[in-house]
Amino acid sequence: MARIVVITSGKGGVGKTTTSAAIATGLALQGRKTAVVDFDVGLRNLDLIMGCERRVVYDFVNVINGDANLRQALIKDKRTDNLFILPASQTRDKEALTTEGVERVLGELAKEFEFVICDSPAGIERGALMASYFADEAIVVTNPEVSSVRDSDRMLGILASKTKKAEQGGGAIPATLLLTRYSPARVDKGEMLSIEDVQDILSIDLLGVIPESQAVLNASNSGVPVVLDEDSDAGQAYLDAVARFLGEERPYRFTTLEKKGFFGRLFGG
Amino acid sequence: MGIFDYFRSPKTRSASQAKERLQIIVARERAHRSGPDYLPALHREILAVIRKYVHVDDEAVQMNLEREGDCEVLELNITLPEKD
Repeated sequence: MARIVVITSGKGGVGKTTTSAAIATGLALQGRKTAVVDFDVGLRNLDLIMGCERRVVYDFVNVINGDANLRQALIKDKRTDNLFILPASQTRDKEALTTEGVERVLGELAKEFEFVICDSPAGIERGALMASYFADEAIVVTNPEVSSVRDSDRMLGILASKTKKAEQGGGAIPATLLLTRYSPARVDKGEMLSIEDVQDILSIDLLGVIPESQAVLNASNSGVPVVLDEDSDAGQAYLDAVARFLGEERPYRFTTLEKKGFFGRLFGG
Repeated sequence: MGIFDYFRSPKTRSASQAKERLQIIVARERAHRSGPDYLPALHREILAVIRKYVHVDDEAVQMNLEREGDCEVLELNITLPEKD
């Protein structure tokens, strides 16, 4: 059985698409056959982050409407084996994602893939609801910042009530926290919510902590998922998160301030 | 922190403020979510009834739903304006 995983957050700009690309690529690198699906109808961007924007011919809505079949619309990743991308449509019709259509396409994907990663749009409108509706589990992407944490809590409420499983009385789908743009230096100064602070408020298990990193912008600039930048802190942190997702125990890295030497402490920095 | 930081005025620890504010708002929103959805309408109507007799502002009526085991307690606080 495939695992359908939604990457969600409520708030925009916290790193959902970066995370979807990184986790999907990380799973594929582990030899797991993975499809990553862009649910952001009208504001397609996963293709850019994955570096396949010029290869988009058909999209998710084309498949739902029967204008193309799944095989035609899926883009095979050129860098990583076992990885396929289903781009979002650029239509402005938000109703294009019908419940039946999404269920059928996800059902077809689930037959062929081990993991189906659903990249949710921001907000709590139709696209976001559809991205989580058929999911087996969720990864909630959160920045250590008040509006992001509040929106994540709101999203957890939606995951507990507005998924197919919840509507059938099955309760909330399991959700884990991925904290992104984390800056141990600012946490140390008392300027940023710590991992423990965010966990205290959201009370969900931690999947990973991605440090604030220049590697993320570099990766999106060049259209290469950040996990392929193996030397980067963010890339390694994402690979750790993928390993944990697959059940491995990994210590947390890049979460504490590296201690400065005597002169560093004396003169600050 | 460098030695020179000790001469600056103590920084407000904004992260602890953030945590406190979040804990309050998130608890409130969760209670709202799990509570019955007629609460906002009930609040408006109670406010309207009170305003037939005294002029109060929106914050004068505070409603709080608490759960204790199987029992739900709806607490209603109405603050009347001070007499001149």
